[in-house]
Amino acid sequence: MPAEVGIELIAVSKRYGAVTAVDAIDLRIPAGAYCCLIGPSGCGKTSTLRMIAGHEEVSSGDILLDGRNITALPPAGRGTAMMFQNYALFPHLTCLDNVAFSLKMRGMGRAERHEQARAMLARVHLEELAERRPAQLSGGQQQRVALARALITNPRALLLDEPLSALDPFLRGRMREELKRLQRELGITFIHVTHSQDEALALADLVVVMEGGRILQADAPRAVFQQPRTEFVARFMGGHNILAGVGRGGEVRLDFGAIPLPAAPDGPLRIAIRTDRMRLDAALPYQLPGRISAVEYHGLHVRLGLEDADGNAHSLLLTEAEFFARPLALGDAVAAGFTADDVHLLAT
Amino acid sequence: MIRTIPAWLQAAPLALVLGVFLLVPIATVVVVSFWDYDQTRLIPGFVLDNYADALGEGVTWKTYFSTLRFALITWAITLLLGFTVAYYLAFHVTSALWQMVLFQLCTIPFLTSNIIRMISWIPFLGRNGLLNQALQGMGLTDHPLDFLLFSDFSVILAFVHLYTLFMVVPIFNTMMRIDRSLIEAARDAGAGFRAVLTDVVIPLALPGMAIGSIFVVTLVMGDFITVRLMSGGQSASVGVMMMNAMSLLQYPAAAAHAVVLLAVVLLMVAAILRVVDIRKEL
Repeated sequence: MPAEVGIELIAVSKRYGAVTAVDAIDLRIPAGAYCCLIGPSGCGKTSTLRMIAGHEEVSSGDILLDGRNITALPPAGRGTAMMFQNYALFPHLTCLDNVAFSLKMRGMGRAERHEQARAMLARVHLEELAERRPAQLSGGQQQRVALARALITNPRALLLDEPLSALDPFLRGRMREELKRLQRELGITFIHVTHSQDEALALADLVVVMEGGRILQADAPRAVFQQPRTEFVARFMGGHNILAGVGRGGEVRLDFGAIPLPAAPDGPLRIAIRTDRMRLDAALPYQLPGRISAVEYHGLHVRLGLEDADGNAHSLLLTEAEFFARPLALGDAVAAGFTADDVHLLAT
Repeated sequence: MIRTIPAWLQAAPLALVLGVFLLVPIATVVVVSFWDYDQTRLIPGFVLDNYADALGEGVTWKTYFSTLRFALITWAITLLLGFTVAYYLAFHVTSALWQMVLFQLCTIPFLTSNIIRMISWIPFLGRNGLLNQALQGMGLTDHPLDFLLFSDFSVILAFVHLYTLFMVVPIFNTMMRIDRSLIEAARDAGAGFRAVLTDVVIPLALPGMAIGSIFVVTLVMGDFITVRLMSGGQSASVGVMMMNAMSLLQYPAAAAHAVVLLAVVLLMVAAILRVVDIRKEL
């Protein structure tokens, strides 16, 4: 049985004058899924989120939430709640009043809304800071207040606009876990806009890679990483080396050899090989020759930059032990080996 | 090198300017307010007669009351107008260019003098002025309306005309600093236009409203020329009272009024500052 659809976008477009920010995208997000929209700046991910939230008018197309068309509804009538990038907490209100704001807008009495807001603050472990103003809180605490404010309306979908980008890396890791925990507990759909590949892979059930107002790939994180559909996705998600070759008769011809690949169409094409699958091992069947152009020590591993004869840059990830067993210097001539199993064919 | 200049020397220029142009004149006024005088000369000394005269007369209290009334009415109207104009400029005009153009448009009248701007009302509002002729021409009234000029109406009209910009500018400034995502967050929480205004924009624009209020209240309280010109000498204000005392060479009496007025205005400013914290706007 297919998972119930939570949010569905049907040919949704956003145009600003002559500029098309989002170009007729279709997307189905299962109910209760954690979905990450990812892409470079200006790819349309934030516009998409804002259209779902109702803060941006849809130029054409429809947005459905739990089967209900919400395209023309005001933000508060949709059953969505948005958490803003800089949190957008009201600086003149206490945390408690910030959290209780939407209840006040619904006309709920002061005592009742404060009681509910207090309970929500307890849920994000901030009950003792209820009377503080946002400016008196740390970034992580502000974020949790913003989360509590968004969740108090019991939304069916929570929309998060780059929620972790303002935090330092240590806090970002902790808040990432907390977001995932909340999403599991509440069982509602989360749509999270990010430009961080790590964040998307770590959090999402569904990763949606966007570029130029279109969806390039929408898949489970592992599928997006292991089987990037296009060169752009492979490059953007990182961890891949791209090689150009020519397909003929079920094999890919490269400068340094031919690799059997039954799925390969005839004509120019591109293949991707994960950076951790390329080895400095002369025994492997295919060897990409080049010179070392960078050596970066990352602690757990060492990244080698490899420049091939045509000047294309590639990367190799070696474990620390592997590298220091046979250290290399800039300019050394090496060959990066791989097997036919490591080759992933990209759509052109 | 800068570091070698002692701190007191760095603070000296400002202290000097404030001392010479603010403290010394005020101190002089305070000292003179205790002097005695007769028809021809000032007599240095320490008498309380000036204050007793100033506060003991019923006409003084009436004049203060009338000045306060002008200040309050002008304040209420300029606040409403200033807030509306600033709100329009800050939130409805989305293009930065148009914002600039319209804002400049507001300031252009200030390139002429206050007196000219005031006097230009006279041919407009007078008994045979443009407005009365127009109203009669349209048949809306069969006799000229007298309340239009040389009345409290024309005084307040001139005040509003002169001082609304002093409200617009600080309120516009605070409004431009309101993060637009706060408005969106409020809408996301279900706030309509009215709730956004009362729960987000007004509380966050309060410092600007307070600064504008201080400008308008102090300007109106200290004014004499507008009241004199626009009321045709029929209304009084504390400023007019001081002018009259000075034209009779009763400087100590005028100084006593000045000290009382200063105290009243400072109290009003203190009251405004007590209600609104403007520190983050400075």
